[in-house]
Amino acid sequence: MTLILGRKEGMTQLFREDGSHVGVTVVAAGPCTVTQVRTSDKDGYDAVQLGFFDVPEKRVNKPQGGHFKKAGSLPKRLLREERLSKPAELSIGDQVTVQAFELGQLVDVIGTSKGRGFAGTIKRHGFSRGLKTHGCMNYRAPGSIGASAYPARVFKGKRMAGHLGAKRQTIKNLEIVRIDTDRNLLFIKGAVPGARGSFVQVQGAKTGVKTKGGGK
Amino acid sequence: MSLLDEIGNELGKDRLPACHVGDTVRVHYLIKEGDKERVQIFMGTILAIQGRGIAKSIVVRRIVQGEGVERIFPLHGPRVKDVEITRRGKVRRARLYYLRDRVGKQTRVQELVGEKARRHKAIEEAGHAQAARTENTAAAEAADENADPEPAAVEV
Repeated sequence: MTLILGRKEGMTQLFREDGSHVGVTVVAAGPCTVTQVRTSDKDGYDAVQLGFFDVPEKRVNKPQGGHFKKAGSLPKRLLREERLSKPAELSIGDQVTVQAFELGQLVDVIGTSKGRGFAGTIKRHGFSRGLKTHGCMNYRAPGSIGASAYPARVFKGKRMAGHLGAKRQTIKNLEIVRIDTDRNLLFIKGAVPGARGSFVQVQGAKTGVKTKGGGK
Repeated sequence: MSLLDEIGNELGKDRLPACHVGDTVRVHYLIKEGDKERVQIFMGTILAIQGRGIAKSIVVRRIVQGEGVERIFPLHGPRVKDVEITRRGKVRRARLYYLRDRVGKQTRVQELVGEKARRHKAIEEAGHAQAARTENTAAAEAADENADPEPAAVEV
């Protein structure tokens, strides 16, 4: 499994060799610096910690500053760990770039979805709406939320209106359509969570099988 | 220029045909038949221009055996070899969807003649002469500016 951190730049479309077009999300990914290596001896598990997006020193507090100083890197905005099953091959200060990925590879993308605020049941859970006309008063209301005398309460987990979005979300098995090594860009087929400019994690697909020749 | 526009410029075609809504065009489209490839020509009226940058596409409508046929061509698509403009249309809308409800002679779009047509033609020819991408975008912008205001000279 490979991990890289990046920012979502936006969506556009590309053409494949056969002339078909494909909607892609452009992610400016890496280069990420290894800021810490976890070992099973010391930490109980093997992992590498990656840092992404330089920030000025005054933006980090003292403990964080010390952490980056130890790693010998500039302060970073985002730190994420990649769990490994065997001891890490990378060491502190190493760079991870988009070259860690290959064309046609399937990846999982993790990001924070756009916040929708307090949303009703239709938007949040896909409930049906009532009739617009014929005197119907139940347009976007949730309907019955349970029986009466028994159980005399509303069950836990009942889907209701509430806060939607602004939540960590994973989209699995997206294909890498194009890699721009000069500008550190990944072109990922389909949509990924979050607004433009938001941070995302791109990692090798957990379940997907890599396809040859770009998925076609 | 934003990063996405930049990418679109790099990956897209250098020059796009200077086609407008209402024009009658011949689209040269590469089709695959088994192993063979050949160019098919689809001739019709541009109903709409959608998208921008590399995603720009045109909707072309024609009547085949009494049945309306609409096809959408991505202008930057590698299969769209050429878009020939055979006739300029004089239109006052950005989307000519009202043509869908019409049959027979009513489906025709009036031809654009006069000063404006000459200007369009000049821009197109200038576009042909200039292979460089940057100059073309400038020409396209000039075309937009010319197309924008509806001058009093429209009365021909």
